[in-house]
Amino acid sequence: MAQTKRVIASEKVFSLKSFFLQWEWFLLLVFILVNIMNSFISPYYLSGSGLLTATSSFLEKAFIALPMVFVLVIGDIDISVGSTVALSSVVMAECYNKLGVPMGLAIVICLLVGTLCGFINGIILTKFTELFPMIVTLGTMILYRGIAVMILEDQASKNFPSWFSNIFWGKIGSVPYMLIVFIICAVVFGVLLHKTTFGRRMFAIGSNRTASKYAGIEVQKIRLIVYTLTGLFAAVTAIFLTSRMGSTRPNIGEGYELEAISMVVLGGISTAGGKGRFVGAVIAIFIIGFLRYGLGLINTSASAMLIIIGSLLIVAVMFPNLKLGSLIGKKAKKLM
Amino acid sequence: MSVSENDAKYVLELNGITKIFPGVKALDKVHFQLRPGEIHALMGENGAGKSTFIKVITGVHKADEGEMFLDGKKVEFRGPRDAQAAGIAAIYQHVTAYPHLTVTENIFMGHEKVKFGKIMWNQMNNEANDFLKQLRADFSATVEMGALSVAQQQMVEIAKALSMNARIIIMDEPTAALTKTESEELYRITENLRDNGTSIIFISHRFEDMYRLATRVTVLRDSKNIGTYNVNEITNDDLIRAMVGREISDLFPKPEVQIGEEVLRIQNFSRTGYFKNISFAVRKGEILGLTGLVGAGRTEVCETIFGIEEKSEGKVFLYGKEVKINNPTDAMKLGIGYLPEDRQLQGLILDWGIGRNISLPVIDKMSKHGWLNDKKERDLAKRLAEQVDTKAVTIFDKASSLSGGNQQKVVVAKLLSTDLKVIILDEPTKGVDVGAKAAIYVIMGELARQGYAIIMVSSEMPETLGMCDRIIVMCEGKVTGELMRGEATQEIILDKAMAKSHHTTEKEVR
Amino acid sequence: MEKIKSITKTLTKSREISLILVLIVLCAAIQLKNNQFLSFANLNDLLVNATIMCVLAVGMMCVLLIGGIDISIGSTLALSGMVAALVMRDYPQTPAIVSALIAIGVGLFCGFLNGVVIAKGGVIPIIATLGFMNIFRGATYLVAKSQWVHKEQITPDFQNFTLNSLFGINNMITVATLCFIIAAYFLKFTRTGRKIYAVGSNAEAAEVSGISITKIKIMVYSLMGALAGLAGALWVSKYASAQGDSGKGIEMDIIAACVIGGVSLTGGKGTMLGVVLGCLTLGILNNALPLINVSSFWQDAIKGLIIIIAIILNVMTQRSLDRNNLKRREL
Repeated sequence: MAQTKRVIASEKVFSLKSFFLQWEWFLLLVFILVNIMNSFISPYYLSGSGLLTATSSFLEKAFIALPMVFVLVIGDIDISVGSTVALSSVVMAECYNKLGVPMGLAIVICLLVGTLCGFINGIILTKFTELFPMIVTLGTMILYRGIAVMILEDQASKNFPSWFSNIFWGKIGSVPYMLIVFIICAVVFGVLLHKTTFGRRMFAIGSNRTASKYAGIEVQKIRLIVYTLTGLFAAVTAIFLTSRMGSTRPNIGEGYELEAISMVVLGGISTAGGKGRFVGAVIAIFIIGFLRYGLGLINTSASAMLIIIGSLLIVAVMFPNLKLGSLIGKKAKKLM
Repeated sequence: MSVSENDAKYVLELNGITKIFPGVKALDKVHFQLRPGEIHALMGENGAGKSTFIKVITGVHKADEGEMFLDGKKVEFRGPRDAQAAGIAAIYQHVTAYPHLTVTENIFMGHEKVKFGKIMWNQMNNEANDFLKQLRADFSATVEMGALSVAQQQMVEIAKALSMNARIIIMDEPTAALTKTESEELYRITENLRDNGTSIIFISHRFEDMYRLATRVTVLRDSKNIGTYNVNEITNDDLIRAMVGREISDLFPKPEVQIGEEVLRIQNFSRTGYFKNISFAVRKGEILGLTGLVGAGRTEVCETIFGIEEKSEGKVFLYGKEVKINNPTDAMKLGIGYLPEDRQLQGLILDWGIGRNISLPVIDKMSKHGWLNDKKERDLAKRLAEQVDTKAVTIFDKASSLSGGNQQKVVVAKLLSTDLKVIILDEPTKGVDVGAKAAIYVIMGELARQGYAIIMVSSEMPETLGMCDRIIVMCEGKVTGELMRGEATQEIILDKAMAKSHHTTEKEVR
Repeated sequence: MEKIKSITKTLTKSREISLILVLIVLCAAIQLKNNQFLSFANLNDLLVNATIMCVLAVGMMCVLLIGGIDISIGSTLALSGMVAALVMRDYPQTPAIVSALIAIGVGLFCGFLNGVVIAKGGVIPIIATLGFMNIFRGATYLVAKSQWVHKEQITPDFQNFTLNSLFGINNMITVATLCFIIAAYFLKFTRTGRKIYAVGSNAEAAEVSGISITKIKIMVYSLMGALAGLAGALWVSKYASAQGDSGKGIEMDIIAACVIGGVSLTGGKGTMLGVVLGCLTLGILNNALPLINVSSFWQDAIKGLIIIIAIILNVMTQRSLDRNNLKRREL
């Protein structure tokens, strides 16, 4: 059997059509639409200060969405982050107010508590791999907030030093510290996901956990890192949130996990794992954030906002599956 | 040597059946006749159209052209239920059972016995037990399906077909996951069914299944029916030629290789519940066969060597020095590679392109301080994919789009990306068509020539006898024999592979 | 000694029996601390307070059986209850039973939406029900114009339903019991009920054998919605008011009850008895903790801890069972 050696191509052919047929372009379109809508609502919106104000209205929540991208990419889920926000914030506040711990140290303790919360999630899931993330993080969600309630009961904890509010409200020039921190973190996370071996491993784990194991990837170690990271960033959110409000209660951060997941899923990260692009999540974060802000400007009731965000999530996920979405996809394939 | 059409009435007839999926013609004007009370074999390479053929008969797919006749009357199935109602049942390779439910629930799912709307469990349990008794099953109908072995689950599938009064039963690779004893049992059951008037079509890659059971065999190739032959008039070579369209001579090209020093040795290797006191060694340039019946513990031994599972006792030596292997990374660092048994679940990431699959074990080497180097990766993937002659256009082709044999080649390429000294291949040609099989044997021979030490787990006698320099036989977790190439025969191997003691060793059934 | 060992082995083999044993021990311990626990009045209280949870758990069990999940039930409950309450407020002549049916109808529709989006829209259950959780909650506030519906605005007949008893047993307990019995019969003795198990155990096989997965999914979510609607009616009756944030967070309690009761989150496995026991466990916890002077502020933390311990214990028992099975294989 004489066989000529087959040559396999290794250069990717750039196709204009497939380049533009990506979810992220659609998101960008929606993002632009939201901004146009907002500019009609408020004439000051499209100015630098207008946009920065809009950003500050939601950005502290966005810190949770960053590691949540990793969680979903590896095929897991974490619904305890909102409770972690509450617990880390409450511990920080009480350390300062009741135990007299210096505020700087209290902030470090906040980060440690968040990291510990995430670590506990990770340890349980990686030592008992038979357990499902949904149910474990459900348990810790109830537990962590429950501990926060045990500590603060139904009180608020306030009276932070005046410089503490600078963390959220402070700016360099007109750019908030928080935004700078966010941009840095987002870039780091994005690069980690798409340009490093760590990121490649995460995609592998999300696509096929078993095959990853056989290829020598330390699946459980990576899962542990991701969950711990999630806890840490929940604490970061807690710091910004507490700094913003100047006080804290055990019920803060309620619903944050759902909002973070919404942002990530809208961004095109599949809940099944192994798919998605980080930039999509970032655009989605701003879509949801600006949308809320704009709706808030016209005094949309909280209830209407709930309906809108909820519907947005469902439509975003359904779109590729519906006839319309796949029709566009098919037409595009024919053109290619 | 086709059978001329005679006037015997056919219980099933397909006339010019064509089925097209987007981009591919799965069946091309296929004619087929099944005589009443006949066992008819269906053979062909992977991708030849066998499974689509079955799905058209069982109503899962509707043909685009052509007609189907049952007992001479034209039929059109709107879905699987119509086919079931018409008395056609299929038993698939991947068991389509409900693992959490009992045998009775599985048998009667969808057509439970009802009185005034209420399901009659007692009656159904009794009936199910009757069927099981007919089939000489050693379990009762109230057992959970998930607790049964594959062979036992297949029996339940047959019972299900019986409960639906199937007149035509289609079996898809029925012996693929069975031991020799269980296969014999299946043969007996199949012959019984035929004697009771059921007509049977079965798909198999194994010639011995065909010779043992079938009176006629139909060969599909490239979506067409190449021909229907009488089994007692055809030879292996004729069949292979029909299936592949070309001559395959010298299927097992194990070159004569200078066998060198000992590379890997395991000693008193044990894992509670799976295997005990396994000791053997493999040398440079040698192909060591690890054979035995399904369930003997061969895959478990390999997985434990590779670090997937933990051993409870024993030592591993590499070039005479003891080594510790706690996970696959350790194993790969030491130069041990493993081609897993289940390539789709364990060997490949189906959603990924073949390039990324190939480079996955060595992405650290493709990177600098964790930073991925795209070009380096692509070059490596291209080189290795070409080396094993993968049938693909680019390295970005999705692994899921490849045929079974090609997927296997990709897994081999993946292995070769690491610096290896020992290669463990677990059932490397399972579910692979004849053409790709030959290619894999060539690769194996080449690897031996290059000095790798190779361990091959195989349940197929011909390839074990043809490729291996030495053969280790395992039975129920222990080594029962070690044979050199010249002295091994099928009979000796089988003898050593089968359990001798009288007490039953079936897995505990809850 | 051997006999005791083998008895304990057979007893712990069944999850339901182990749970009953745990509950017995738990009740005994609580009774020791507060001898009012096992009094008729308290037990009645316990059961009545647990009934809404029971009604919801029946629906959740079916959803879990097909391998799905529904976290929108709290919002569905609120919306159904609110709509019924508004009808009673604005049309006081409406008979109580009609208002109840309206609540069930609204719930049914909510569940139907969930089912369609999941079965036909291809959205995974957690995301779909997450979205609808927000949508229904928003709708509740919107429809009520952010106000409460007060006691005086609710038909007396309606309010009294949950206060009245039939043959000495509070109506709520009767309703919950009926739900359990009907659902148990449905799941075990009807073909459609069996199909639910099939879809959950192996959806592919079910599809190939001709079962319409779409129909089953839509049916199950609609059923869950209808039960949530019923729970909404009971809630309004019991608390004699309808608020925008009724039922917030209740879905987690329900899922916990099902998990404790042995319902598998991946589908195909679960018994009604297990769900009943799970609800009882949670009911006991809710009732007993205040009785033994555990501050109500500690309750959630304890609940969360119990869930985590329960599932870890589950895994550890299964692992030692598997280990013993392996040792038993004579090699």
